[in-house]
Amino acid sequence: MSSHELKSGPLEYRIQQGQMNILGFWIFLGAEIVLFSTLFATYAVLFGRTDEAPLPSELFEPGSVLIMTFLLLTSSFTCGIAIHEMRRGSKKGLITWMIVTLALGLGFIGLEIEEFIHYAHEGATLQSSAYWSSFFVLAGTHGLHVTLGIGWAILLLIQIAKRGLTPVTSRKFFIISLYWHFLDVVWIFLFTSIYLIGMVV
Amino acid sequence: MQLDEFFVTGEPLIYAGMVSIVLVTAAIIFVLTYFKRWGWLWREWLTTVDHKKIGIMYILSALAMLFRGGMDALMMRVQLAFPGMDFLGSQHYNEIFTTHGTVMIIFMAMPFLIGLMNVIVPLQIGARDVAFPALNALSFWSFLFGAMLFNISFVIGGSPDAGWTSYTPLAGAAMSPGPGQNFYLMGLQLSGIGTLATGINFMVTIIKMRAPGMKMFQMPIFTWSTLVTAFIIVFAFPILTVALALMTIDRVFGSQFFTLTGEGLPMMWANLFWMWGHPEVYIVILPAFGIFSEVIATFARKQLFGYKAMVWSMILIAGLSFLVWVHHFFTMGAGAFVNSVFSVSTMLIAVPTGVKIFNWLATLYKSKIQFTVANLWALAFIPSFVIGGVTGVMLGMAAADYQFHNSYFLVAHFHYVLIAGTVFACFAGLVYWYPKMFGHKLNEKLGKISFWFFLIGFHVCFFPQYFVGLDGMPRRVFTIIPEWMPLNVISTVGAFGMGLGFAIFVYNIYYSYRYSEREKSGDSWDGRTLEWATPTPVPFYNFATVPHVNSHDAFIEMKETGETTFDEEKVEPIHMPSNTGQPIIMMGIAFIASFGIVFEWMWMAIAGLIGVIVMMGVRSFDYDDGFHVEVDEIKRTERKARRL
Ligand code: HEM
Ligand SMILES: [Cu+2]
Repeated sequence: MSSHELKSGPLEYRIQQGQMNILGFWIFLGAEIVLFSTLFATYAVLFGRTDEAPLPSELFEPGSVLIMTFLLLTSSFTCGIAIHEMRRGSKKGLITWMIVTLALGLGFIGLEIEEFIHYAHEGATLQSSAYWSSFFVLAGTHGLHVTLGIGWAILLLIQIAKRGLTPVTSRKFFIISLYWHFLDVVWIFLFTSIYLIGMVV
Repeated sequence: MQLDEFFVTGEPLIYAGMVSIVLVTAAIIFVLTYFKRWGWLWREWLTTVDHKKIGIMYILSALAMLFRGGMDALMMRVQLAFPGMDFLGSQHYNEIFTTHGTVMIIFMAMPFLIGLMNVIVPLQIGARDVAFPALNALSFWSFLFGAMLFNISFVIGGSPDAGWTSYTPLAGAAMSPGPGQNFYLMGLQLSGIGTLATGINFMVTIIKMRAPGMKMFQMPIFTWSTLVTAFIIVFAFPILTVALALMTIDRVFGSQFFTLTGEGLPMMWANLFWMWGHPEVYIVILPAFGIFSEVIATFARKQLFGYKAMVWSMILIAGLSFLVWVHHFFTMGAGAFVNSVFSVSTMLIAVPTGVKIFNWLATLYKSKIQFTVANLWALAFIPSFVIGGVTGVMLGMAAADYQFHNSYFLVAHFHYVLIAGTVFACFAGLVYWYPKMFGHKLNEKLGKISFWFFLIGFHVCFFPQYFVGLDGMPRRVFTIIPEWMPLNVISTVGAFGMGLGFAIFVYNIYYSYRYSEREKSGDSWDGRTLEWATPTPVPFYNFATVPHVNSHDAFIEMKETGETTFDEEKVEPIHMPSNTGQPIIMMGIAFIASFGIVFEWMWMAIAGLIGVIVMMGVRSFDYDDGFHVEVDEIKRTERKARRL
């Protein structure tokens, strides 16, 4: 393991450990893709198996899901700006845009929880049928990932505030930005295959 | 919950187990305290991030698990020797075949191989550690705590009894109430985290940390097998994670994935399980192929024949392994077309496997074979594995499988591939790399005795099972009819032969520790690859100076040009990671959380999960960047190790 630091290139890639962490995280995202694919496959197999519970088309409403989509897509964009600021060497820019990102993420989670409670009131719960089990687990796994991402990002913000932009802190931020974009992409699949299809079928 | 529901009661065998657990634990605590070894244990082992020590801990735990799984096996064989045996009841028998299968595959075979990878792969590629040393420690502790959780089930709460495949609805809450099945789910889940992390760790290590000059197609074959295995792990384990989680949610929170109510689909479990399960069998066989290739090349004193074909066939096997899962349930009504497709894809795997067999034979052809113990295991593997493979192709014929399925024919098949493949490889690898790990060889004479007992015992045990299977004896029955008795008696005798072989193997470890001559050079077998270029015992930083690699069999070339891994002029300070207690603490807390889920004590589960998250935060705030080993110290260590 060498601790030699390169003089040029993005900060997060300048020490070898940084390069390795980022590669390792890409591979981890590969595993996450398999994880979500398995959940999507489960959802597809159990589609329509609602038993006595309400049908998805009776419950899904375009309104709040569209707002959720808007929040998350925007947050991916602001996260991109945060990384751009980081590359420019602006600690303040990074922190500001990251806080915006997290606020949008929190909004998303808030709406998702509200959705879930609403469905439960209408008689669709984790227990009510195979279809709803797979719905709540798939959407819930994504929501849990977003929540963990928010907690993780807060820890990183504290570290950035204390230590400033170093190869280590910027690597950590770069990695969480990959994670955040990934969750955004997963949501697009969720949005189309659960909500859009669920509303029409 | 009453105390007598918490502890398993009413079985003399289990009381004996409890007593022995208490005695062994007390003895360990006494010895450690008496010799004042607690601090040493903590500093040198429990907090270590050195890949070599982690590897040794993996191997020791795997040997212990082999013992436990082996005891299960012997008990089953005793029960099945004669009709009307009353040694184990039906319930106890169910529990034992379940724990036997699970322990052997998840807690013995995989960790044994991962242990060997840990010790050897960084050395083979000229690296000073793995890419993420602390994560590596975390992986080990996740495996160990997962294994412990699974293993305590037989004294606390009761063992799972739905088979290592845990088919639903049998394994669901309705038909398997109580904590037993939860132990299975959480034990596998906990150790699975570590396996996935190991996969990522080795991929990055092998891709990014090879010695300068070493191209992908110059990597030693065992390293190649590790890389391919790491790929399979990363793509297969998340499937298991999901499957286990879904069943846990079904059982604990009442969801309906695999239930017969609420329109759940029990068959989905079989699909998910085998989409992971079939690749899993290649996770345990490909590293074994890698080990045999190394051993055969070394003791045939020749370059491995068809190196590139060996690598490509492994890659092909890895790819195909994801496309054949349905062959595990041809008889469950998927229909003729689906069965045909999976039948053909199954048989395709035999093609690259055959290529490998021919390459091993070609390596041996016209060579000066040295019949060392390590090589004996490798040589015995070839014909034994062929028997397993050919019967596998027979099973792969969907129409014929209606006859073989769930019979002892199947049992014989998978033991032929798993034991002759994986277990022989673990032994071959351990014997072969033993001097690198411990600084002395295992005694060859005892090794040969143990080898012959095990090999003959193995064939005596499993070959008859093909015939008793064709005779109609199903698997997973706890008692036999008189017609099946003769072959079963033979089989039981063979099983005890293997047990004896294993006992001699373990005795050999003790004997060699006492009496074997200490190694003087690091190159115990006149090896071909870089791990033999280091002195023995290997310094914790592995290589004082990292060699430049120009060819496959890098060490052969170094020996020709007189290069060493200690070039006094070129020594520079080496950067190494510090030890850390975080991995063991974090996994200890995860163990508590999992225990809470097993008993559905939500307060404990939640407290544990919060603890795990807090530990992740602590880790995130830890900026310890390790330390530098100074040139003086390196020179001193190397001179001592090399007796200069
Ligand atoms: C040429 C290679 C192989 C072929 C064609 C093959 C084929 C099969 C088939 C068709 C079955 C299912 C039989 C049934 O349920 O009726 C099976 C079961 C099994 N195989 Fe293989 N196999 C091969 C290699 C391996 C290897 C290398 C391993 C492990 C290292 C392995 C481990 C197992 C196990 C554990 C089972 C039993 C699963 C259970 O509990 O149901 N096989 N094999
Ligand atoms: Cu299979």
